[in-house]
Amino acid sequence: MLPEILAFEFMRNALLAALLSSVACGIIGTYVVVKRIGFISGGIAHTAFGGIGLGYYLGINPLFGVIPFSLASALAIGLLSKKAKVAEDTAIGTFWAVGMAVGVILIGLKPGYAPDLFSYLFGNILTVPSFDLWMILLLDLLIIAVVWLLGKEFLAISFDEEYATVSGLPATALYLLMLCLIALTVVIMMRVVGIVMVIALLTIPAAIARLFSRSLPAMMLLAVVLSGLFSLSGLWLSFMFDIASGATIIVVAGLSFLLVHAWRLVRSLLRAR
Amino acid sequence: MKVPIIECEKLSLMLGGVKVLDSLTLSVFEKDFLGLIGPNGGGKTTFLRVILGLEKPSEGRVSVFGGLPGSSPGRIGYVPQRLFFDREFPLCVRDLVLMGRLSKKKLFQHYNQVDREKVDLAIQTAGLERLAERRIGDLSGGELQRALIARALAGEPELLLLDEPTASIDPEMKTTIYDLLEQLKDKLTIVLVTHDIATVSRYVTRIASLNVKLELHDQGSEPVKGRSPLSALCQC
Repeated sequence: MLPEILAFEFMRNALLAALLSSVACGIIGTYVVVKRIGFISGGIAHTAFGGIGLGYYLGINPLFGVIPFSLASALAIGLLSKKAKVAEDTAIGTFWAVGMAVGVILIGLKPGYAPDLFSYLFGNILTVPSFDLWMILLLDLLIIAVVWLLGKEFLAISFDEEYATVSGLPATALYLLMLCLIALTVVIMMRVVGIVMVIALLTIPAAIARLFSRSLPAMMLLAVVLSGLFSLSGLWLSFMFDIASGATIIVVAGLSFLLVHAWRLVRSLLRAR
Repeated sequence: MKVPIIECEKLSLMLGGVKVLDSLTLSVFEKDFLGLIGPNGGGKTTFLRVILGLEKPSEGRVSVFGGLPGSSPGRIGYVPQRLFFDREFPLCVRDLVLMGRLSKKKLFQHYNQVDREKVDLAIQTAGLERLAERRIGDLSGGELQRALIARALAGEPELLLLDEPTASIDPEMKTTIYDLLEQLKDKLTIVLVTHDIATVSRYVTRIASLNVKLELHDQGSEPVKGRSPLSALCQC
């Protein structure tokens, strides 16, 4: 079975993309979950669609449109919600919709049909080119390096931003950097599950991992493993039943989440008896 | 002459158009143990936030260790009200206390052996040895409060600021926390914000009440017209 799958280059690339994106997903997803910034991460992900439109309009690899665009939107959402007198959810919601609108307009301006648009929205791990794999690897390494260097600072602002400030940390700058890492993770995962579903794969493995972890590094490691498992099993199921890969990965992750919580519920009921 | 640690002169603060602190003048000296009492919304927490540099005064002057508030994080230990964080957070007591070392480290610098030794010491002082590896979500209120004090102590502060450390914990636990402060008061300057007037008067060396305006009731000063300073405070 496995050798048969691996005989195809697109399948090898898909497996690599699934594994490589799991690394960023587990590490950054952990921060998203413990700092409860899922909504802001969803905002960054959807705003990134504007970057796809930009890349498409300019006729370059959409990755080069989406990386600067999503970094800029991460900084803008972060600054607007921290510094301006705008309610955070209003700021996020505005960017969310305007980013997508910009993408739609830019794509409309370019004559012709945009064939692979669907794959950016809903992911298509089976069409990841080798170049994108190298980009994913590079971004993974960057994320690991930053998190290794700033682990204690990120832990501090995740747990209690005010205490971090009192301890002399540049909390806002660190928070913006964290949002930028989220933006890069969104870029990585866009290929796997697509913009619309990124937020589920970013949060579900970490949310499950949190139940079983006593420290952030342990939670990250477990989230990386879970994310890899969900991606690989989703990919395998999508191959077996010939269904959309990104959506299958999300369904696998979501079902696992429900099962874990159902199991915990049953266990606590049994204990209570 | 004692060394002043905190000096406020006619300090006022407006928040959203409301005067929260009105013309406070107060000096806290080395090895003082100041109890700061007053009603909810009287500005006690806000006062601590000014000392920490989290709020800028609208008028007046504040200096902490002779500099601007917020400019000497490595010399201040802060024990915030514990209500405001996530008990699901995957963090054990030891790692929580380790955060107290942040103010002594530079960006990018990893914790080292010295940090871990200071953490062990702080955990011992707070009597948390048996709980060091426990998840913070599994601690009782009093244990969590002691862990937060240990975190502040791990940074080897000269000034300790505590915000309602005994709010919503049972009386037995309150005593252990006061005993811990009693043990610390010869080594540190302490500012304790609290509701607990009766208990606190047994431990502190100075009392002030804050209800937008500050009233200082130094121990040993003349009682106000036959009433004890404490009963004068009970209106708040």
